[in-house]
Amino acid sequence: MATPLIELDAVTRRYDGGPPALDEVSLTVDHGEAVAVLGPSGSGKSTLLNLVAGLDRPTSGTVTVDGTRIDTLGEAASARYRRASVGLVFQFFNLLDDLTVFDNVVLPAQLAGASRAETTRRANDLLGALGIDRHARAYPGRLSGGERQRVAVARALMNRPALLLADEPTGALDTASGADVRRLLTDLYADGQTIVLVTHDRTLAAECATRTVEVVDGRIASDVALATPRAARR
Amino acid sequence: MSALTRVVGSGLHRRWLQTVVITLATAAAVTSGVLGLGLLVASNAPFEHAFAAQHGAHLTVQADPAKVSADQLSATADVPGVEEATGPFRTAQVMVFPGLPPGATAVPEGAHGPVLTVVARTAAGSGIDRLSLTEGRWATEPDEVVMAAGGDFRVPVGDELVMGEGADAREVTVVGLVRSVSATADAWMTAEGLAALDASSRGYEMLYRLDDASSAARIADAREALGAALPEGAVASARSWLTVKHAANDRTSLFVPILLMFGGLSLLLSVLIVGTVVAGAVGSTVRRIGILKALGFTPAEVVRAYVAQALVPAAAGALVGVAAGNLVAVPLLADTEDLYGTVALTIAPWVDVVALVGVLAVVTLTASAAAGRAGRLSSVDALAVGRTPTARRGQRAARVAARLPLPRPVTLGLARPFSAPARTAAMVLAVAFGAAAVTLATGLATSLNRVQVAADHSAADVFVNGVEGGPLGARVVPKRGTEPAIRPKAPDPDRVAAVLESQPGTAHWLGYRETDISVPGLTGESSLVEYTANPGWVGYELVSGRWFSRPGEAVVPTELLRSTDREIGDTLTLTRDGESLALTIVGEVFDPGDNDGLVLTQARSGTTLTDWMVGVTGGTDPTTYADALQQHLDALDLTAHVDGPDGADELVVVIDALAGLLTLMLVTVAGLGILNAVVLDVRDRVHDIGIHKALGMTPRQTLTSVLSSVMSIGLVGGLVGVPAGVVLHGILLPAMARGAGVELPRVVLTVYGPVLLTAFVLGGLLLAVGGALLPAGWAARTRTATALRTE
Ligand SMILES: Nc1ncnc2c1ncn2[C@@H]1O[C@H](COP(=O)(O)OP(=O)(O)OP(=O)(O)O)[C@@H](O)[C@H]1O
Ligand SMILES: [Mg+2]
Repeated sequence: MATPLIELDAVTRRYDGGPPALDEVSLTVDHGEAVAVLGPSGSGKSTLLNLVAGLDRPTSGTVTVDGTRIDTLGEAASARYRRASVGLVFQFFNLLDDLTVFDNVVLPAQLAGASRAETTRRANDLLGALGIDRHARAYPGRLSGGERQRVAVARALMNRPALLLADEPTGALDTASGADVRRLLTDLYADGQTIVLVTHDRTLAAECATRTVEVVDGRIASDVALATPRAARR
Repeated sequence: MSALTRVVGSGLHRRWLQTVVITLATAAAVTSGVLGLGLLVASNAPFEHAFAAQHGAHLTVQADPAKVSADQLSATADVPGVEEATGPFRTAQVMVFPGLPPGATAVPEGAHGPVLTVVARTAAGSGIDRLSLTEGRWATEPDEVVMAAGGDFRVPVGDELVMGEGADAREVTVVGLVRSVSATADAWMTAEGLAALDASSRGYEMLYRLDDASSAARIADAREALGAALPEGAVASARSWLTVKHAANDRTSLFVPILLMFGGLSLLLSVLIVGTVVAGAVGSTVRRIGILKALGFTPAEVVRAYVAQALVPAAAGALVGVAAGNLVAVPLLADTEDLYGTVALTIAPWVDVVALVGVLAVVTLTASAAAGRAGRLSSVDALAVGRTPTARRGQRAARVAARLPLPRPVTLGLARPFSAPARTAAMVLAVAFGAAAVTLATGLATSLNRVQVAADHSAADVFVNGVEGGPLGARVVPKRGTEPAIRPKAPDPDRVAAVLESQPGTAHWLGYRETDISVPGLTGESSLVEYTANPGWVGYELVSGRWFSRPGEAVVPTELLRSTDREIGDTLTLTRDGESLALTIVGEVFDPGDNDGLVLTQARSGTTLTDWMVGVTGGTDPTTYADALQQHLDALDLTAHVDGPDGADELVVVIDALAGLLTLMLVTVAGLGILNAVVLDVRDRVHDIGIHKALGMTPRQTLTSVLSSVMSIGLVGGLVGVPAGVVLHGILLPAMARGAGVELPRVVLTVYGPVLLTAFVLGGLLLAVGGALLPAGWAARTRTATALRTE
């Protein structure tokens, strides 16, 4: 069997002296999987995601993504790792308000030093595919929550990352916009995108994930495989 | 109140860098304030203070011992109008030479040195003219002498001098330096020492304080009364204290424009920086203020708490500044004392108080204004401040920058200044102040250096004349105001010319002859110098007109034009050895501080030259050159002398030091201002920086981005500040010249070249980047997860 895309081995993360936010967590995610991480507030879900994104380092244990040890990377190397392999989507969008939608989307490619023509083509493709091309020149402040999250997804996909990480992508959205984003993620999974998403939302997990991992008090309480996402089955 | 103090205090703790910047900025502001204001005050009436401290002489009378006895002089204390008298002291006029060159046993024949007034005195005294010993000790032996500090003839303690001429010359040791504000003597010795000198004339010196010495007329009355009380012709000369005061204040007046300009710049910049720092510190806590109000504190309580928060570091900084200002002033004032011819200058205590209170008032005002605005915001609005996107203004600039063919981190930074125009303006101003100060100080130093070169006109490296001996010959002979050093020798000018022309290493040379003349309208000695060629390369600079190009044309100093009431184009008629000479004035030369008349002209062919000056080519050692030249000069019975190094004028050194110090302060404060502004900016954007990092911005790209954001600011600041500095220089120098009563040659005023100006503008860039370096490094190191968590 091929090597897993993500491999966490006995990962512990402790914030200054308190109880561990993650406690000896081991977890593997294969290419093409869509994993939903569930759990109560404060259980350590975001901590887990940050470790995989290279935004944070474990107190002990190892994090390996695509054969590379993430937990030992320096700041510059982890930035380059994120640039090349990770797309990030956040609950509160984290778009840059002083840049247009288009400039937000192309930013990861520009930071990676990609060519202008290539970047523009890719961004236009993504904006078209996600149905937000008419907002390309607008500023994020003018968009609805659902539209903003689509922009965030487009930006996350800009560099064709091996891994899409989403932390509560529907957490700040109303029901209709949430459904919109759910469909988007399901489509991405269908195209073969590996996804790890953190959510409170069981509907989202059930619709978009092939597998649900439940974290309670920093430990994995359950790890259940679903055949295919329900939405894709429909 | 304790809850409030705690909330405010915790804010203070978290903003340690701002606290440091407020402390340092106020410290620098107070330091330059104390220094500028203190020196200004000290230079305001230094003579009067020192004169009072020394119980100075209103009238200094030299009496002829052939006509009057010591007892008769002592009795003049009772003359009406005389309040107090001290003396008589025995005096002598003696020609003085610097120590003999090694190997020499006597002063070369024909050499002339300055004639000094030596007074028999071996203690400070308790009557009039209480002398201050500034270095060494008083003379106790006949072969010891104490010299006037800060006089024209400067000899360090421990050096030897030759006093007197010919066979009776005595070698004496300088054992101390003494300052006499009333300038009653050039040197002091024991009575035996004075008696043993070969003096050109001897006399008595009487010192008087008068009932009324406020005006020249009152002093003249007293002088008349004294003359009447003494035998006919007993008073050889009498000098009023007003004459001395006038000479002293002439020098002081040079400082005032500099202090005013730099003091003004420092003050403005300090207000700007302290103001923006405090406003920024309070402004960035608006949300916190909202929380406090939501918790039930009144706006007034909130404002008071924040003003107190700004005042704590400001007061600490101000105290540091007062200490630093007084400390730095010590060496400066010590030098200035020498210049002003005064004693023991200190920073007036009220200056410390004014600087301290002034700066704290500025801090209180700006803090109250900024906190007051925040205090008036409704709690809801204040709480909303932290959440609403702030960067609307910069959107257009961001769009334009994004299209620039530059790396994205650079273009992100370039757009940044447009999103916070007020902060950007303050930063531009800070850089502009720094750049203006550097431009001004450098220009000032260059100008003063050129003034010195022009005034010294001593660029010649080697002198050739008939005087034998070492450096002494060179030092004594070329000075004007003395008779030609050699009289009988008349070498063939053509042969000398041939030798100089053919000598490798000769860059310039000219031959000349100096003769005594009398100029109608001028009292005292005047001299005519006839040159074989234009002496511009020696350092003489023209103020107006042109150099002489043929015999019959003359170039004269500004002073001579004034005192003879002539203009360029007029004819000047002089007398030499009973024969009259008419010369057309074609140029005005810069030669300040010389009261003798000087007329420069083209020598007629066949003139008997006595002296030659040579400038050697770059890379040629003057000593080696002179040795080689001497081989050919022996046959002509001439000697080549190497000119000794010229010491820098103390006045120039002090002004340079002062301007340099104030500039350093200005640049530091400007840098702190930039630092603070960038800190605020980075703090405002910490969340955005987190997003960038999450998207893959490396620490180096972050650094680049932050530094790019200040580059345009630095450049614009430089482009504003440098021309401002040039303009200030153009105002300052003429003001100084007016104070000193001289006309400046053009080279002194046009000191800025394109390369220098470009360098200064780039300096503005460097200042901005330097100031941003610390917070930029910070931004680069911020952990992404932490940044993303902050709201
Ligand atoms: N930077 C930090 N410093 C200190 N403690 C932290 C930090 N980040 C997280 N924690 C703590 O670690 C624990 C896990 O936090 P985490 O953000 O991973 O929870 P979560 O499962 O994502 O919760 P939520 O569903 O509310 O987002 C919490 O107790 C939290 O307080
Ligand atoms: Mg979370």
